[in-house]
Amino acid sequence: MGAAADPTVVNLVIFVLAVFVGYHVIWNVTPALHTPLMSVTNAISSVIIVGAILAAAPAEPDFGSILGVVAVALASVNIAGGFLVTQRMLEMFRKKDRPAGKSDG
Amino acid sequence: MTANQVTLWYLAASVLFILALKGLSSPTTARRGNLYGMIGMAIAVLVTLAVVARGRVDLIVLAMIAGGAVGAFVARRVQMTQMPELVAAMHSLVGMAAVLIAVAAVNNPSSFGVPDPLPAGNKLELFIGTFVGAITFSGSVIAFGKLAGLGRRFRLFSSAPIVFPGQHWLNLAIGLVMIGFGVAFFLSEEPNWTAFIVMTGLAFMLGVLIIIPIGGADMPVVISMLNSYSGWAAAGIGFSLGNAMLIIAGSLVGSSGAILSYIMCRAMNRSFVSVILGGFGAEEGARAADAGQRTVKSGSAEDAAFLLENAQSVVIVPGYGLAVARAQHAVKEMVDLLIEKGVQVRFAIHPVAGRMPGHMNVLLAEAEVPYDLVFEMEEINGEMGTVDVALVLGANDVVNPLAYEKGSPIYGMPIIDVHKARTVIVNKRSMAAGYAGLDNPLFYMDRTMMVFGDAKKVVEDIVKALH
Repeated sequence: MGAAADPTVVNLVIFVLAVFVGYHVIWNVTPALHTPLMSVTNAISSVIIVGAILAAAPAEPDFGSILGVVAVALASVNIAGGFLVTQRMLEMFRKKDRPAGKSDG
Repeated sequence: MTANQVTLWYLAASVLFILALKGLSSPTTARRGNLYGMIGMAIAVLVTLAVVARGRVDLIVLAMIAGGAVGAFVARRVQMTQMPELVAAMHSLVGMAAVLIAVAAVNNPSSFGVPDPLPAGNKLELFIGTFVGAITFSGSVIAFGKLAGLGRRFRLFSSAPIVFPGQHWLNLAIGLVMIGFGVAFFLSEEPNWTAFIVMTGLAFMLGVLIIIPIGGADMPVVISMLNSYSGWAAAGIGFSLGNAMLIIAGSLVGSSGAILSYIMCRAMNRSFVSVILGGFGAEEGARAADAGQRTVKSGSAEDAAFLLENAQSVVIVPGYGLAVARAQHAVKEMVDLLIEKGVQVRFAIHPVAGRMPGHMNVLLAEAEVPYDLVFEMEEINGEMGTVDVALVLGANDVVNPLAYEKGSPIYGMPIIDVHKARTVIVNKRSMAAGYAGLDNPLFYMDRTMMVFGDAKKVVEDIVKALH
């Protein structure tokens, strides 16, 4: 093992492990919260805003940086919308004032 | 900030994203989880802004504020019945953003810290990220149109499947040509814009073509599948930019969508392939031949109220009809009255009730039905035999006992065993068949009483009778 592994291979390692983590975490999500799961994953996948920011950054504006700015705006819609609508839904699942004594299903 | 520091911050954000999803394992931890997700996103954005501090940060921040304002406005205004449309629209934005970033990366790799000209590996990853993003975008637009009911004005968005001969061969051919141009892009030394643009255009077309044959009943699968694609698109972009956080976030979302698709397919006892190939529900509204000859017992809302208030235990099975009629608040009022009268009331939710995974749970939560009254199909099926009255509101196929009969088209589909209850009350608008186009023997049982009418109207009448 002389040289370090190719970056693509390292990325592949990260990818496979992340899929495993995702698999195990998602199976534990209660079915009642599958809709909030979808809206929050929408927000999370919008972390591609990181790529959009890099694309938009060059001080010399060009074709690519304009696309970058548009991508930043699109991803921001999703980030704000995704997290806030998830929060709104989860508030609805907050336990209401009810006589205690019943265990959760 | 050094590259190492940036990477460590991104690691923190990735961990927070995982915690956000982990929180959803219970309603009590979910809100904290969502907060973790927001913190993770804030870290990711701020660190990246610090990285590009010498660039045009002002313009970027402006775009973020504009986009964020739109998102916040929509999140506040959207109705819970419209969640499927909203989610489809958001998937399309992820897809579009992925495509735009990929184009920018081909245009100027150095702004991403990627060598210019693009190395072969990056080109491959860009090509994958782009076409998955493009398919996600156009597919989600079609799904949005179908869910939002735009089919009445534009046939492209029809909720009935659009099928034509040779459809699958056409899609296959387009897919292969698309990959061909992708390979051409990959093999060229110079950035091969022609190949890249043609490939992206074909991917947009393919996204439309693969969603139009899928009918309204299969929307929960479609929307989960597009959720998955949007994740893979993000992961693809992460690969091409060499950003581990993007890969992790994208893979989490990708596997989430894939698992949801699997759960939805299993709940309909259909294979993923058969859903994707589409055409199901094409004969929507077709009725079984003997429907007219068998008699059903029908009753009024007052009869239903009488049965309900004299029962010890009641299980309510809500379906999409309830959501369409926006009857969930009336249902909550009815439940409160019944509980006051000492009746034990529970809800039984089938995994595909509603238009997206978990949709019915959200609608009930919105009506302030406590979530500990709401049970999943597996949790309650064993007890259905001891239930006095099962009240079916706007559901059909998910309570069809034909699922237990060998040879029936829905044989093997898991259902809520309503037919085992002592008395069954079914509310439907008419005797029309469900999406599967099947007759339902449940309606003809001696113990079944049909109450015809709009779900909201019927429930309101029951409430009146209970007072």
